[in-house]
Amino acid sequence: MSGHYESSYREPLILGDKSYHDITEDIARPIEGKANRNWYIAFYISLAGMLWGFGCIFYTVGTGIGVWGLSKNIGWAWDITNFVWWVGIGHAGTLISAVLLLFRQKWRMAINRSAEAMTIFAVFQAGLFPIIHMGRPWNGYWVLPIPNQFGSLWVNFNSPLLWDVFAISTYLSVSLVFWWTGLLPDFATIRDRAVKPFQKKIYALLSFGWSGRAKDWQRFEEVSLVLAGLATPLVLSVHTIVSFDFATSVNPGWHSTIFPPYFVAGAIFSGFAMVQTLLGVMRKVTNLEAYITRLHIEYMNIVIILTGGIVAVAYATEFFIAWYTGSPYENYTYLSFGAEAGAYGWAFWSLMIFNIIIPQVLWIKKFRRSFVVSFLVSIAINIGMWFERFDIIAIVLSKGQLPSTWWRFEPTFVDIGIFIGTIGFFGVLFLLYARTFPVIPTAEVKTILKSSGENFKKQREENNEH
Amino acid sequence: MSTNKVIHALYNDDDILMDAVKKVKGEHHHIEEVYTPFPVHGLDKALGLAPTRLAITAFLYGITGTSVATWLTWYTMIADWPQDIGGKPSFSWAENMPAFVPILFELTVFFAAHLMVITFYMRSRIWPFKEAENPDPRTTDDHFLMEIPVHNNEEELTALLESTGAVEIKVVDKH
Repeated sequence: MSGHYESSYREPLILGDKSYHDITEDIARPIEGKANRNWYIAFYISLAGMLWGFGCIFYTVGTGIGVWGLSKNIGWAWDITNFVWWVGIGHAGTLISAVLLLFRQKWRMAINRSAEAMTIFAVFQAGLFPIIHMGRPWNGYWVLPIPNQFGSLWVNFNSPLLWDVFAISTYLSVSLVFWWTGLLPDFATIRDRAVKPFQKKIYALLSFGWSGRAKDWQRFEEVSLVLAGLATPLVLSVHTIVSFDFATSVNPGWHSTIFPPYFVAGAIFSGFAMVQTLLGVMRKVTNLEAYITRLHIEYMNIVIILTGGIVAVAYATEFFIAWYTGSPYENYTYLSFGAEAGAYGWAFWSLMIFNIIIPQVLWIKKFRRSFVVSFLVSIAINIGMWFERFDIIAIVLSKGQLPSTWWRFEPTFVDIGIFIGTIGFFGVLFLLYARTFPVIPTAEVKTILKSSGENFKKQREENNEH
Repeated sequence: MSTNKVIHALYNDDDILMDAVKKVKGEHHHIEEVYTPFPVHGLDKALGLAPTRLAITAFLYGITGTSVATWLTWYTMIADWPQDIGGKPSFSWAENMPAFVPILFELTVFFAAHLMVITFYMRSRIWPFKEAENPDPRTTDDHFLMEIPVHNNEEELTALLESTGAVEIKVVDKH
C-alpha cells in the first residue's frame, strides 16, 4: 500500500467505502438502468428546441440570409456570436483532459469524460453557424483545398477564416479521437457486464474489441500522454485563430493584439462555467456524488477565478486604451464610454455584471464549495460570455467610420430560433450521452482509488503509514 | 501434454498482482499475457516489455504533416495560382510564410494525432467489429488475469501461483 501514498492533507477525491467493483457498478448503473421522468422531461424540451431550430435553419436556407436581422454594415452578428460562444465552451474539455493530464492533476479524472463530450457537442453547434451562414451549405466543401473545375482556383490560405476551418476541424477530430480512445476500456467494461444480447453487441462494437493486455495499456498511456501534449497547444491555437477573425481586420475595437490571449482565457472561463452547469446537475441525476465532489467544484471555481481575472484585466486594458488613444472612432468600440452610454449600454452592463462582478463571489470559500452558488454563477458566466461576443461584434459593427452607415442590429425570430435550436441540439446529444456512455472514466478512476479514495486514506492514517 | 495448455491465474488486487508477477518472473517462468481492468503502474517494466515507440511515430507523423502543409501552401498559393491578396502579392513562399503558420501548425497536429492513434489501433489490434480477446469478463471489472503457458509443469505452477495469492486458478486449452 505504501506505493499509493498521498498526503493526508489532500482531501479524498472518491468519497465513501469504494472497491474497484463498486466503481464499475456506480458508473454502469445509469447506462443499465431506466431513465427517470426528469430525464424524459429534459430530453423532450431539448428535442423541441432542436426541432424548432432545425425549422429555422431550413427557413434560412430556403429563403436566404435576409431572414436574419443583418444589413450591409452588420454582415454577421448572432451567428458569429453563437459560433464563438460555442467554440469557447468547447475549450474546457480539452483543457481538462490534456493540460491537467500534463500537470498530473488527479481530480480531472472524474470530470474529463463529460467535459470532453461537452467539447465535442459544443463544437458541433459552433460548426453549424458558419455552414448555415454560407447561404448555400451544399457548397460548403469549397472551403477545402481540393482540385476543382474553376481552373483549380484554390482556397486563400492568407485568410483567418480559412485558418479557422483548419483549426476547428483539427480540434474537433483530434478531440473526438482522444475521447474515443479513452472510452475504449470503459466500453469494454460495459460490454463484459452486459446481459442483454443487443446491448452486448453494441458495446462490443463500440469498444473495438479492447482486451486490456499489459502491452495495450502501455501503449494506451503513451498515446494519452502524447495526445495531451499535442492537444495542449492545439486548444490554445483554436481560440487564438478564432480571435484572428477579428484581430487581423482593420476595425477599431477588433484590431487588437491582446485578442488571442484574452480570447483563450475567456474561452476557458466560459468552458469551465458550462462544465459546472452540466456537472452540477449530472452528479445528482446519475447518483455520482461520490466521484464529483465539492473538491472538484472548488478546483474548477479556482480556474474560473483565474481566467475570469485575466478577462477582467483584458477588459480594463481595452477600455483604457480606447480612451487613451483619443481617437474618436475608439469611442464607439465595445469597451468605451461611448458603448457604455450608447444604444447598447444594456449589453455593455450585462457583460460587466455577469462576467466581472458576479463571479467575484467565488473568492469566498463557502460559496466556492457550494453546488448551488457554483451553478448560479456558472449560468451568469454563460450569459456574460455570450454578451462579450455580442458586444465585440454588434457594437463595433453598428458604428462604422461613416455615420450614415450607423445601424442598430435587432435579431429576428430566426436568429433567436437557430440559437435556441443549437442549445436544444446540444442538450439532446448530452442527455443521450449521459444515458449510454460511461460518464466517468471507469478505468482511470480505479487507478487513483488507492491513493485518493476516502477509505484508503483513512486506513493509512489509522495504520500510521507514510 | 500439448503445449497450448495455459494456466489462468486471477487476482483481485493490483498490488498482489505486481508481487505475483515479480515472483513468477523470479522463478524464471514465462508470462504470456496479463489482462488488467486499468493500467497498473510499473507492470510493463515488471513483465519486461520493451518501451513503446508510439511517441517516436507521432514525431515522424508530425514532420510529415508540416511537410504536407508546406507543400500545399506553396503549391496552391505560390506555384499554381499566385494572387495579389490585400496588396500582399504571392511571390515567394518564404515571404508569405507568416500567414501560413496556423496551417502549418494545425496540419502538423492533425497528422501526428490521427496517424499515431491509427498506428496504436493497428498495433494493438483494436478496430470496429474486432472480437474481444480477454479470457474472462471480470478482467474489465476488478480482476487481473495472468496467463502462463504450461510445459509439463502444471502442479508446480499451480502451487507457485497459489502461494502468490491468486483467487482462482484454471488450466485451459488455448485454441
